[in-house]
Amino acid sequence: MLLRFFLMGLDRKAGIVLAILAILAVAVPVMTLWVPADSPFHLSVFTVSLLGKYLCFALLALALDLVWGYCGILSLGHAAFFAIGGYAMGMYLMRQIGPRGVYGNPVLPDFMVFLNWKELPWYWLGFDHFWFAAIMVLVVPGALAFAFGWFAFRSRVTGVYLSIITQALTFALLLAFFRNDMGFGGNNGLTDFKDILGYDIQADTTRVALFVATVAALALSYMIASGVIASKLGKVLVALRDAESRVRFMGYDTESYKLFAWTLSACMAGVAGALYVPQVGIINPSEFAPASSIEAVIWVAVGGRGTLAGAILGAVLVNMGKSYFTGALPELWLFALGGLFVAVTLFLPKGLLGLGAQLKAKLPGRKTASLPNTQTANQATGQTAGQKGA
Amino acid sequence: MSAESTLLYLDGVSVSFDGFKALNSLSLVMMPGEMRAIIGPNGAGKTTMMDVITGKTRPDTGTILFEGDIDLTRLREAAIANLGIGRKFQRPTVFEPHTVWDNLELALKAPRRPLKTLTYAISRDDRARIEEILDITRLSALRGRQAGSLSHGQKQWLEIGMLLAQDPKLLLVDEPVAGMTDAETEQTAELLCSIAGRHSVIVVEHDMSFVRALGVKVTVLAEGSVLAEGSLDAVSANSQVIDTYLGR
Ligand SMILES: Nc1ncnc2c1ncn2[C@@H]1O[C@H](COP(=O)(O)OP(=O)(O)OP(=O)(O)O)[C@@H](O)[C@H]1O
Ligand SMILES: [Mg+2]
Repeated sequence: MLLRFFLMGLDRKAGIVLAILAILAVAVPVMTLWVPADSPFHLSVFTVSLLGKYLCFALLALALDLVWGYCGILSLGHAAFFAIGGYAMGMYLMRQIGPRGVYGNPVLPDFMVFLNWKELPWYWLGFDHFWFAAIMVLVVPGALAFAFGWFAFRSRVTGVYLSIITQALTFALLLAFFRNDMGFGGNNGLTDFKDILGYDIQADTTRVALFVATVAALALSYMIASGVIASKLGKVLVALRDAESRVRFMGYDTESYKLFAWTLSACMAGVAGALYVPQVGIINPSEFAPASSIEAVIWVAVGGRGTLAGAILGAVLVNMGKSYFTGALPELWLFALGGLFVAVTLFLPKGLLGLGAQLKAKLPGRKTASLPNTQTANQATGQTAGQKGA
Repeated sequence: MSAESTLLYLDGVSVSFDGFKALNSLSLVMMPGEMRAIIGPNGAGKTTMMDVITGKTRPDTGTILFEGDIDLTRLREAAIANLGIGRKFQRPTVFEPHTVWDNLELALKAPRRPLKTLTYAISRDDRARIEEILDITRLSALRGRQAGSLSHGQKQWLEIGMLLAQDPKLLLVDEPVAGMTDAETEQTAELLCSIAGRHSVIVVEHDMSFVRALGVKVTVLAEGSVLAEGSLDAVSANSQVIDTYLGR
């Protein structure tokens, strides 16, 4: 049955995405570890970590597309789930430091010693174990999303109002995690990691392994997301995105459908954060900043909302652009990002992945091309879960 | 009249919007298997009546019972739909990005919980039922088309098909022939008559020739309450009805 579920989501587009990810998973390790450093095909470990970071963002974008593209829930707070997943992993990595901290305390992380704490807070218990942290990476973002969604969806908050409260959620967490007495390192966050699963986190092989793990997580999440979308449940999601009350009158409890997709999406975002933290070496409250969530929305819009593959493409391309700009012209980056968003909204309502269909529709003398075009219009008006039903 | 043995029982139902009474102590009774036409001027409260039955609008006062003892005023839309009350809206609302087939598959009577739909695989019976409905609604050739690209009349038919797929005990059909040609109107009347008996149907319609073609008991609504009830000929002869509606 599980196999059937995954097979259902496998169309040509999914095949291409998975093939590219498979190539990355093989080529990148080979080019980094076995191709000699003076060859033009050699990849530096720095580049590998950078690519790994992009793919973590791609996973966040994929999660966001699941709710925005297919349920019409424009989340402006998805980075919160990403950051929580990151903190859960960060806590495990802190415990791995053991007595090797600056203060050499065998039980307490440095920042707790610094705050004069005498014992480990209860919510840090268990994070000595990788398996526990791995479960928390899924459970904490998932539970938060479930509780949040339960209240928001039951109260029939939709559209712009829902977007605003998701933004408020991440902002509230930002403020909370800044406080030292929360026990998550305050302003500085968690950093100075040493080992993961007993391996040196700085070692080339570890970095490559983390990259491969990220590719695998992205591929698996992509397969789950495509399977969900291709299932009847996915069709219900698209239906309620455009005409929620109509779906209710057919007897579907639309709230529980949104809750399902929303919680699944938050878990994926949590995994993305958990893979991100060991690769960048730090997690701090700035990940909760409202701007992080808004950037993720831009990635999805650029790649093509409601396409899954587009979210991945958009996240990678925009972040490559960001790396370039912040190196070459740092002052201009925010203008470039803002300009990009405006341009995509105006000229590419279906994002880069929709470009092909859009061009075809523009070609003269092609009657059949009007079909994808009407779809474009539908998708564009299906924005922010506005209830057009009734 | 007691609610026992009725399919739908409305008594003294009132709804007001900012002081305006859209339904004013409305009472209406439907028996199982019955088909009823509802006519009345614009703003008479016909659509609002469907809203209160399906849980979209809560009545201020009054009783609404389904199958004699289920109080509909306490239930949510999805729960009411699952009791077996299906609805076609005045403006056709099909799921535009989905194909005709998928629209019917979504409507088809089947478990509605998320985990059931996640693992749903279409059975041979379900397939046959969708084929049958495609046939009845003359949409067989269009099964793979995106519903958004259908003509207005085809969307109306698809929506009726979706109602049939839901297999409800009671169908509420709001203005099914608005914007249809005469031939299509006639076919729609036939279609509705063919499903009456197995299902109970309430049809709201302004088109008198359509109502005549149905040949069923007619209820005239005006200003939120029942003005007259009986055969079309009887209500057409009613002087009050002529003044408020027909004689315009
Ligand atoms: N949600 C609402 N808020 C305010 N007023 C409403 C609302 N829904 C309906 N009304 C008003 O209630 C009255 C009855 O409306 P309703 O839609 O039930 O009429 P109708 O009989 O279906 O008319 P038509 O034949 O034009 O479809 C109208 O005056 C309408 O403006
Ligand atoms: Mg109406």
